[in-house]
Amino acid sequence: MGFRGFIVLVVLMGMRGSPTGAVSLKDESAHPNFVTREQKDLTVEEGRGDVMATGELNPSHFPARRAAKVVQHYLNTRYGSPYRLFGLEDVHSATAEDVADTGRRYHLQISAHEIISNRTQKCSADVFFPRGEPTQSPEVKASCEELLQNTTAQEEALYQRYKEGHSLLSAQYIPDSQGHIEPDMMPFWHLSIVASSFIMLHESTENTLYNMAQVAQITQLETEREELKFDSHMLLHDMVSQEILHWKLLFTWSPAEGVKVQQMQQIPKPNH
Amino acid sequence: YDYYKYHPMDEWMAQMVMDYPDVVTIVDYGQTYEKRTISLLKIGLESEKRKKAIWMDCGIHAREWIAPAFCQYFVKQILQSYKTDTKIETMMRNMDFYVTPVLNIDGYMYSWKDNMTRLWRKNRSPGPSGDCYGTDLNRNFDANWGIGISFNCSSNIYCGSQPVSEPEAQAVTYFVGSRKDDILCFLTIHSYGQLLLVPYGHPNFTAPNYNELMEVGLAAATAIWNVHKKNYTVGASPDVLPNCGSSRDWARMQGIPYTYTFELRDKGEFAFELPEDQIQPTCEEAYSGALHIITYAHDKTFSGAAVTAAASFWSVLLAAGVARVNLMSS
Repeated sequence: MGFRGFIVLVVLMGMRGSPTGAVSLKDESAHPNFVTREQKDLTVEEGRGDVMATGELNPSHFPARRAAKVVQHYLNTRYGSPYRLFGLEDVHSATAEDVADTGRRYHLQISAHEIISNRTQKCSADVFFPRGEPTQSPEVKASCEELLQNTTAQEEALYQRYKEGHSLLSAQYIPDSQGHIEPDMMPFWHLSIVASSFIMLHESTENTLYNMAQVAQITQLETEREELKFDSHMLLHDMVSQEILHWKLLFTWSPAEGVKVQQMQQIPKPNH
Repeated sequence: YDYYKYHPMDEWMAQMVMDYPDVVTIVDYGQTYEKRTISLLKIGLESEKRKKAIWMDCGIHAREWIAPAFCQYFVKQILQSYKTDTKIETMMRNMDFYVTPVLNIDGYMYSWKDNMTRLWRKNRSPGPSGDCYGTDLNRNFDANWGIGISFNCSSNIYCGSQPVSEPEAQAVTYFVGSRKDDILCFLTIHSYGQLLLVPYGHPNFTAPNYNELMEVGLAAATAIWNVHKKNYTVGASPDVLPNCGSSRDWARMQGIPYTYTFELRDKGEFAFELPEDQIQPTCEEAYSGALHIITYAHDKTFSGAAVTAAASFWSVLLAAGVARVNLMSS
């Protein structure tokens, strides 16, 4: 057969892909467990996380991500409606700097995803987290590249239906346990997230990451005013503490005025 | 696909054994606080050699319903594939798959009770004074226990009265601990966040194979993206989501080389109440990611030389089936 033929044969045998013999444990370079006989399998690396990062930040790591989430909440308070809602699509780059003793400022390049029209837009944003007691809310400035899609007609239609309607909206647990939302409740789910974004923006720090967990209850109230008025019980999730935070939120909405919060109050979580 | 489709879980597990008697057995390996039996499905083909193993657990946190759904999907997928997919068949011959569909059974069942319990996370053991319930099982393992968590019983990250105080954590510790030399992969499935996390949760410690874990993780994330274009962020826990006392960290400390936490969909839009129409696509993409890691671990163990590593690459490429993995990308 010759040497070359032998090589070919060896290669072809290898190509079958599955060896018939057991792996040799003596061949330690092939065995993935070879470092693992000690009980504590650790190497010490320079401590991180104690001192919050400054300068260029890794956009995948939590300091940039938490700041970017605050921008999402800000965009929803500013531009959100029953037919417009933002999610955080990606963080492209981030830097942070201390501002004397007053706090820390993050500068971010992000992509925001407008969920209902399914469009992504790039934004640049500044988030300032103030220092000191009592804890203050962050301050956000953001500018996004595209004009927002016009949702006026849909908003007007929704507004009219519930302004004139004979029955007031009342709903619980949106989404339900299986993640289901009735189609005619969708705009109120969006509206609830927008309203809750005021809370999430207000409460955010460098040590929180808020998302909406669920609308426990939303009830439309009678009102003499132009705007629709809602009383609600919102459940927010903080990824850092893993807690579900319960908030009572009284807010109004109209196409002209957007969402305005009248009262917000955290309530204790039930003990069970 | 719906969340209730394969409930009750123990009946579904028994059905799997009935449908695939040569390949599946149920192993009972512990008890929950409320005295329910904790079981896994052991899946593998008969072999005379000593086999290696893959560990997967779902539902350590009660409210993360997509996770048990994924374990069930994973089981059905490998059982439906192994007869036609030679790669899967080979892996089943060389390795056993230990899959626990729901680890925190008490918590999971509690989260099904009514609207007010849906967002429960912990187990159901009573706290020290009996007026608060539940320990976070994923803070209860003996791995840098007690750092960066809460000692307050009513906290959702309460780590327990001491390391491995909880029967559910004890069950895993005993079962995996007594087989640690044979286990190649320890995958623990959670939601939400779209993340693949590598050890360790404590910022001062790095796994010796951190670079490899990241490389394999990034390739798995690419495999995930290839399915439905969902981005999963890969990173070490302290950089992305710090925690201590986790089952993943404990497993890595035992010497199990490839340990990952999967955080499935979404990124906060529906959070824990992921809609049922997303169950299938989420499972499909996660399967692709998990299979990449498992295949890597298998191939690294069961090849002695570069030739067979190349052969594995070809056989994975050629293998029909769900994987659609791209090993060359990072």
